[in-house]
Amino acid sequence: MDAGGTIPEPPAAPDERERPRVGVDEWVARVEERRETHRGLAGVAHRVLRFVPPPARLALFVAVAATLPLWMGRGDLFAYGIFTLLYVLLGLGLNVVVGYAGLLDLGHIAFFGFGAYLYALLSSEQYGIHWPATATVPLVVAATALLGLLLGIPSRRLLGDYLAIVTLFFGQAFVFFVNAANPTVAGKGLTGGPNGIADIDPLSFFGYELASRRQQFYFLLLAVALILTGLHFLSESRTGRAWRALREDPLAAEAMSIPVNRLKLLAFAFGAAIAGFTGCIFASVLTAVTAGNFGIPLLITIYAIVILGGVGSLTGVVIGAVVINMSFQFLAPENPQDNARLLFYSLIILLLVLTIRPLWKLAAVFGGVVVLGAVVERLVEALAPSWTGGVVVEGGRLAGAVGHWVIIPTGHGRFANVAYVSLVAAVLLLTRLHGNARIVALVPTIYLAAVVWETSFVEQPAVARWILFGALLVSLMTVRPQGLLGTPRVEIV
Amino acid sequence: MPPLLQLQGVRKSFGGLRVIDGLNLHVDEGEIVSLIGPNGAGKTTVFNLVTGIYAADDGEIAFAGRSTAGLPPHKITRLGIARTFQTLRLFLNMTVKENVMAAAYGHTKATVVESMLRLPRARREEREIARMAEEKLGFFGQRLVGYRWDQPAYSLSYANRRRLEIARAMGSNPRLLLLDEPAAGMNPAETHEMTELIGRLRTDGGYTILVIEHDMHVVEGISDRVVALDHGVKIAEGSFEQVATNELVVEAYLGLKAAEAG
Repeated sequence: MDAGGTIPEPPAAPDERERPRVGVDEWVARVEERRETHRGLAGVAHRVLRFVPPPARLALFVAVAATLPLWMGRGDLFAYGIFTLLYVLLGLGLNVVVGYAGLLDLGHIAFFGFGAYLYALLSSEQYGIHWPATATVPLVVAATALLGLLLGIPSRRLLGDYLAIVTLFFGQAFVFFVNAANPTVAGKGLTGGPNGIADIDPLSFFGYELASRRQQFYFLLLAVALILTGLHFLSESRTGRAWRALREDPLAAEAMSIPVNRLKLLAFAFGAAIAGFTGCIFASVLTAVTAGNFGIPLLITIYAIVILGGVGSLTGVVIGAVVINMSFQFLAPENPQDNARLLFYSLIILLLVLTIRPLWKLAAVFGGVVVLGAVVERLVEALAPSWTGGVVVEGGRLAGAVGHWVIIPTGHGRFANVAYVSLVAAVLLLTRLHGNARIVALVPTIYLAAVVWETSFVEQPAVARWILFGALLVSLMTVRPQGLLGTPRVEIV
Repeated sequence: MPPLLQLQGVRKSFGGLRVIDGLNLHVDEGEIVSLIGPNGAGKTTVFNLVTGIYAADDGEIAFAGRSTAGLPPHKITRLGIARTFQTLRLFLNMTVKENVMAAAYGHTKATVVESMLRLPRARREEREIARMAEEKLGFFGQRLVGYRWDQPAYSLSYANRRRLEIARAMGSNPRLLLLDEPAAGMNPAETHEMTELIGRLRTDGGYTILVIEHDMHVVEGISDRVVALDHGVKIAEGSFEQVATNELVVEAYLGLKAAEAG
């Protein structure tokens, strides 16, 4: 059936220089564009990126990544290269389910774990099975996809929060199963309980073993490039459009000839298959798996990657994975504590720069904080020298400066607690103030935050890492709520 | 030859509320039939029953001689029935063209693997439905073509969103179009344009049309036949003049006194 037959000549896009008029369609259509221009650095990056077509982006990413093994040590390649790529793959799998189909799947990590454990069982001394990866990887991928399908069947009628609860339960049940249930099969615990499964074979294809970090990295890079390409093509196909349509409006999608339930299952199975594949590589690269690898922290990390990058954007997933893994490594316990300190102070400065206008107020706050610190430190030193006798934890570029600025009493346990509670009170007070009063109150609050940081958090690197990580995410999401490369979703009311 | 769409003795209740009560309705191939009635008469429910969103409690719904009972909505759409929504349910965050292309899911066949590898069939189908979408959007003159193809649907004006709803329905290659208040919320000029458009949908597009409409100028301008509903019961059927002067219809719209006075 042919409607119309010919396509009328398209009208020219509205002239760039001519100001569009209010109420006219073009004006409405270009609201987004104009808003983007006011978005500062992130907006500029976004616009630049839009001019780089996806194939060029992929080529650029692969080209840069391919040089890593040339100048990185084995340890760094493992921590920075391999882990970033593993995060990319995990993010890509989750992005299919959450980004494309809009299904809030909180059990995604279980598919990753299932893949890793299944690979471990088929390629270790646990049962003395040592199949080549040529056989195990396709088998694991198929089995994980099937598991995704099985989880999807009861879940397909659940929406939003309900689906999230069911899948979260599934994820937790998986961890419980491998950790505590550990059923006895053929004379030994199937999953090895808390010890997990160790001595897993490296990936081997047709007798060629990926034993070195370098080989593993290049294999991963190849896999990431292929999966990225496939997903890009898929998202621009009937299936990708159908997924986005059902995310937008399932009822309308169903009425437009899209089998919504089947596509939900497909998304689950597809995302699970990618996670299962990632699990194989993870198990073979780490050579050991334990239940602890597949807990809630990893789930949060992967969601952070997808959300930070911009839900539904492939480039966003890659950038999200790079940013998140880099900040993890930057804050890793084996790195000097000064890294965390640097990040802490940079974050404060970043937040101030982003939120305080005009410039003189910003300068006043900065100056105020620096002067306040210097004055308070001198004053306390003169009155009660023992109050500033504490040692700045772990030296570094910043530590020296900080030592003459923040008061750190000797044996400061109780002081730290009091400071912490005061900080909470100060922040609460800050929310009640407006205008110039808030700017003035901000000065002692920031100083107090620095005191709390130097007296309590620096001494607990594990806690401090997560707090900083959270703060980093919050500040990034404040700048771009839709994620670095996401497009803001619009609802018309 | 059986009518394209036939409803016989269709009933539907929600709890104790009878929304459709023994409705008989038919639409012949090539016809434009208007469904009118006061708010709450059950007009949109008829659409929901025909498209399979609700299942009828009783009675028979047949499309092109084939019963649609038990079929899910997407299968019914594939048979050749497409609808628009009164409340506008576009895929707002997809582009204008993608909205129409998404509706082509039912008559494309490329598998996931074919799409991921861009195998020939996937590429050919993509080209075909992109061309199809441009054609359907071209049906609305210059309103939905050119640079608008790649703009998100939310950026369209209200009237253009109504037009896109129709274009999207056309994208599923239907024989029967169900239009739910296509002129609602439009100004007189746009309403006039919509009246002409519905006529062209039949003559140029070859669609059979069942339309719900409140604007009597539109109904008068387009209908071969008008069916009036009230409380889920058909109270009148015939040409516009016959139905418009029918006492029951006047009573349903304006109340008993007005009908007596008239």
